[in-house]
Amino acid sequence: MRRIAGNRAVRRVASTLGTLFGVAVFVFVMLRAIPGNQITAGLGTEAAALTPAQKQALEQYYGLDQPLVTQFFAWLGNMFTGNFGYSARSQQSVLDLTLHALPVTFELAMFSIVLALLIGVPLGMLSASKANAPRDAVGQVVSLAGLSIPAFLLATTLLSIFAASFGFNPNGQGFATLTEDPLLNLQQMFLPALVLGFGIAAPILRTTRTAVLEVRSLDFVRTARAKGVPERRLQVRHVLGNALVPIVTMTGLQFGYLLGGAVVVEQIFSVPGIGRQVLLGIQQKEYAVVQSTVLVIALAFVVVNLLTDALYRIIDPRVRAS
Amino acid sequence: MPRGALSAVGIAAALSIALTSCSSSSGPAAGGDTPAKGLVVGVTSDPDTLFPWKATQFQAVNVLQNLYGTLTEFDKDLNVVPGLAESWETSKDGEKLTLKLRQGVTFADGSAFDSKDVKASLEKIMDEKTAAVARASLSSVKSVEAPDPSTVVLELTGPDAALPANLATVNMAMLSSDDTEQELTTTPNGTGPFTLSKRVASQSITLARNDTYWGPEKPKVPTVEFRVIPDESSIVSAMQSGNVQLAVFDDPLVAQTAEGGGTITVAKTPQLNYHVLQLNAGHGELKDVNVRLAIQCAIDRKQVLDTAALGEGEVTGPITAPAYKSDPAKRPCPTRDLAKAADYLAKAGKPGGVTVKTIVSQGEYATSVNEAQNLKAQLAEAKINLDLEVLESGAFVDRWVAADFDAAVALNGGRPDPDGSYGRYFTSDGNLNKVAGYSSPELDKLFAEGKAATDQAARKPIYDQVAAHLEDNAAWIWLFAGYTYTATTANVEGFVPMASGSLQYLRTTSVS
Repeated sequence: MRRIAGNRAVRRVASTLGTLFGVAVFVFVMLRAIPGNQITAGLGTEAAALTPAQKQALEQYYGLDQPLVTQFFAWLGNMFTGNFGYSARSQQSVLDLTLHALPVTFELAMFSIVLALLIGVPLGMLSASKANAPRDAVGQVVSLAGLSIPAFLLATTLLSIFAASFGFNPNGQGFATLTEDPLLNLQQMFLPALVLGFGIAAPILRTTRTAVLEVRSLDFVRTARAKGVPERRLQVRHVLGNALVPIVTMTGLQFGYLLGGAVVVEQIFSVPGIGRQVLLGIQQKEYAVVQSTVLVIALAFVVVNLLTDALYRIIDPRVRAS
Repeated sequence: MPRGALSAVGIAAALSIALTSCSSSSGPAAGGDTPAKGLVVGVTSDPDTLFPWKATQFQAVNVLQNLYGTLTEFDKDLNVVPGLAESWETSKDGEKLTLKLRQGVTFADGSAFDSKDVKASLEKIMDEKTAAVARASLSSVKSVEAPDPSTVVLELTGPDAALPANLATVNMAMLSSDDTEQELTTTPNGTGPFTLSKRVASQSITLARNDTYWGPEKPKVPTVEFRVIPDESSIVSAMQSGNVQLAVFDDPLVAQTAEGGGTITVAKTPQLNYHVLQLNAGHGELKDVNVRLAIQCAIDRKQVLDTAALGEGEVTGPITAPAYKSDPAKRPCPTRDLAKAADYLAKAGKPGGVTVKTIVSQGEYATSVNEAQNLKAQLAEAKINLDLEVLESGAFVDRWVAADFDAAVALNGGRPDPDGSYGRYFTSDGNLNKVAGYSSPELDKLFAEGKAATDQAARKPIYDQVAAHLEDNAAWIWLFAGYTYTATTANVEGFVPMASGSLQYLRTTSVS
């Protein structure tokens, strides 16, 4: 039994490493496939005025004179030693940049997920409590709005209304981390998290509604009700408790995506998260920044998936038993 | 559960309202590190380099020109005035430029500035290995001598009237001979009105007043923070809430939004930069001057301006610099003339029309795609098919640098001196001639004469001829020059916007 579990763990680690290597190769190739390089990204059309000797000097400076295979394995090898590369634009190591950006994104993702759950789960349960009734319609409208209103539109509208009408725009001040100024940080996170949370609430709402409707029709619910279990306890302990697996799956997936950075929302609200780091890296063609950051994001996604799997074991005894 | 969850939502909402009420709309930056009356400038990106000789990005140039000094400078009307060089004199044969340096100037690290630094700086810029972007501007310089600490002598290959203006750009910044590029990318050390105080990558860069600045007036604000707010609309919101006091926009729509609120003043300054349909005269059908002239006659420039840029700008000829400005009425077809366009096509032996492969950059500036679509619609009526390829800016640059296009819709950077603007494109040995694909012995001669004439009054008619030659041969199709929009809040005074978009007058700006 232990050996089977051990084999499963080895397979899991191997497939994770394989996935990460695939991501590394894919990002490396894609970046080189995009026209331009760090020289043209930095100089723009002025690059046309470079003499061959100037061009050569710059290629040497950015390491572009090395063969692609050498560039790839040099970068990958360095990653294992903790050297994620260097950003010439920021004059900082990519590791330092990531260590600053990742907690910001993590905080934003957590905040967004909490808001999404606070909106999605109760509304989903409310919808499911009487399918096709007016209350269900409310839930459906909210979920449709969450899915169809683009984040950039909601973000810009909220920002403009709050700034122009109430003079409230904490995001216009310099960004403060949670440790530097918790109060300002929470203010700065509120609107972006609300925008992201609203969008994510929609699939959570729909998943909750479907799962709750399905569980409510099962025999054990009827039995529990017949045995006189109070309605509230029935809905929470018996129905929601058994409907949690798909909700957790959906939440885990959304959380994983959020860790990849919400580029548009981070741009509009000036949140210096991982999404902006990747975007700036792509704009400046800072290969090491993009490659290393994407690998970190992929790793975070894998970890979130593993944690989600682990959560199944806690919330569903059947998974534990199997 | 629903009731409990709803309570939680209620608590969250109450918390957010409480947080909102605690907020200070115009409070100091994070950590309270912006002192009172410091100026906050909203920018969409932080500098991509802090090394002045390689800086071409607008944001980088704007920061660096406040940190570094140049031998000459531009005043608000773009006249060349003394900078670190107090005066300069050209020898009678025009082959020697002697500069007298200002005394008592120091770098940010306290070391003295003298001719040794000028010699080292200019020689390094001229060295190909440095890969300095302004190297070609010193092509007429044979050698640099420093006979004494306050004198520098440039030996020239021939007269170069454009040289003093070329020395005024931040790409010609004077660096200490002791500094290296590696050091300066993290720790700028210039002679400018400000020094670097703090940088948070991708978030902000803060400059502090340089109390030893040599200028007649010390900067009025103790600090200038360039705060990165990637979205221009978000900068407007930050100005409305009082967190940012100054910003420069190039999108007329954003400028209109900013002005609409009533709390922000927007000043419009005609730009040196111009919108242009660049023709690659060395490519395909465009080798024939008659095809190029047909394109010129088939375009109503005012329509492009009105459609793509809300009418915000002026139709322009080739030269936008105030002292040498071209008259847009002086061109073969000052107004749209489809009959004449058809004649030119017939002369080219293409009465059935031509196809011109045109590259357009998406995202480089706000109006590019709209301009391209209007041009395509107008030219279609003259049987000229503009085959548009809308490209991501990196792909556009790649194709442009390789001169791999028939035509390109572009916003081109204008310069205060016409030789700097066009000599590199339209002289046979210009370093961008490959991209323009057009030169002629007559133009070479005119540009040479323009460089040799030192008096501005004598140079003006020469560059009028240059402009006329370019228009008569439809080297490019000049469209319009837009505005730079400088937005300031009510408590900002003393800022002078410039046609170049430069923020050099941050040093005279105060915040009440």
